[in-house]
Amino acid sequence: MITDLVLAIFCIVFVPVLGGFISGIDRIITARFQSRVGPPLLQPFYDVIKLFGKEKVVVNVWQAFCAYCYIAAASISIVMFFFKSDLLLILFVQAVGAIFLVVGALSSTSPFSQVGAHRELLQILSYEPLLVLVVVGMYLEVDSFKIWKIYEWNEPLILKLPFLFIVLGYALTIKLRKSPFDLSTSHHAHQELVKGVLTDYSGPFLGLIEIAHWYETVLVLGLCSLFWATNWIGGFILVAITYILEIIIDNVSARMTWRWMLGYVWAMGITLSVVNMVWLSLV
Amino acid sequence: MIGIKKFISKMRTKSPWLLHFDCGSCNGCDIEVLACLTPVYDVERFGIINVGNPMHADILLVTGTVNHRNKVVLINLFNQMPDPKIVVAIGACGLSGGIFRDAYNVVGGVDKVIPVDVYVPGCPAKPEAIIDGVVAGLSKL
Repeated sequence: MITDLVLAIFCIVFVPVLGGFISGIDRIITARFQSRVGPPLLQPFYDVIKLFGKEKVVVNVWQAFCAYCYIAAASISIVMFFFKSDLLLILFVQAVGAIFLVVGALSSTSPFSQVGAHRELLQILSYEPLLVLVVVGMYLEVDSFKIWKIYEWNEPLILKLPFLFIVLGYALTIKLRKSPFDLSTSHHAHQELVKGVLTDYSGPFLGLIEIAHWYETVLVLGLCSLFWATNWIGGFILVAITYILEIIIDNVSARMTWRWMLGYVWAMGITLSVVNMVWLSLV
Repeated sequence: MIGIKKFISKMRTKSPWLLHFDCGSCNGCDIEVLACLTPVYDVERFGIINVGNPMHADILLVTGTVNHRNKVVLINLFNQMPDPKIVVAIGACGLSGGIFRDAYNVVGGVDKVIPVDVYVPGCPAKPEAIIDGVVAGLSKL
């Protein structure tokens, strides 16, 4: 009981630190791609601490409520991940958090916030089926939705589910807010919707959302690591390569429209999933 | 408590997010502001980001003369920024109205409408001078 509590507190405190470092490394590598020096590694932490010191400005009380719900759902899903719980349950808790972010943005009357929220909904609509398909693929292989079963499996899942790993890559790109899928809001500069879904969140609430985003980043990268769960070095290398590829894709591609995203991601995602599952049932 | 406040104010100087408002400038100063973001100056080294949203901004950069039309917008943007915030007026026009100061539609410099913390002279102001102005303003955050 006590060890469980310690583990839960440890991952609630430690995971945002990890997520912040990943974000810092991301910003430095992106800057190097653009022949800039880039910010210091700790820049994401400076930003968030500064945001917590800003004046609290909310459009209405529901916006603040939604920001708290988003971070709560994101942290609960990561705690469940570290407890090697049920993958489907983790996905649904994470989805609830993502929806609260949208509801918070919709509670403001700003057109930028509204359009951003609609685009965020379309992004959720694009990646959630893919995540479920990935989890179903894992179920077909290991015969369980539990993460601890995957860790007990004696060979890396990527050998049997290579196409589903690519499908997870699509979901990862959307979830990390990377081009060409950074429709609702973007990390870089400002876009056609000012800051999209985050436009009306400010100060400490923006800080909360940033931390929740770090939780989600670690969660999705954790899902990637499950594809090489037999030893942690393999998992780490797989995640590192995937993340570097994400940064490269982010830097070489332009932002696309939501119609293209929905069509392309569903067509590619579902086709690759079906091919992989058929192959899995044949061998 | 004082330790936390000092810590947060130190973080403020490490992460100033800019909002750039063109208050009827000739675009000379605007190009110089944007030049700060290019690889040559790369202000993101100091955590400076150009945000398009007053609700996320810490520093308001204003270029150009204030006239009776856009002073409302300027005041609105200033009021939308959460505290603590500073205002940097850039270029001869932003400081005093410049060569347009006697025009019938011109109110004058930015400080006629909102409180200005730092004045960056020049026509147009050099990117180095703008970065210098922002850094001078950070001590007031």
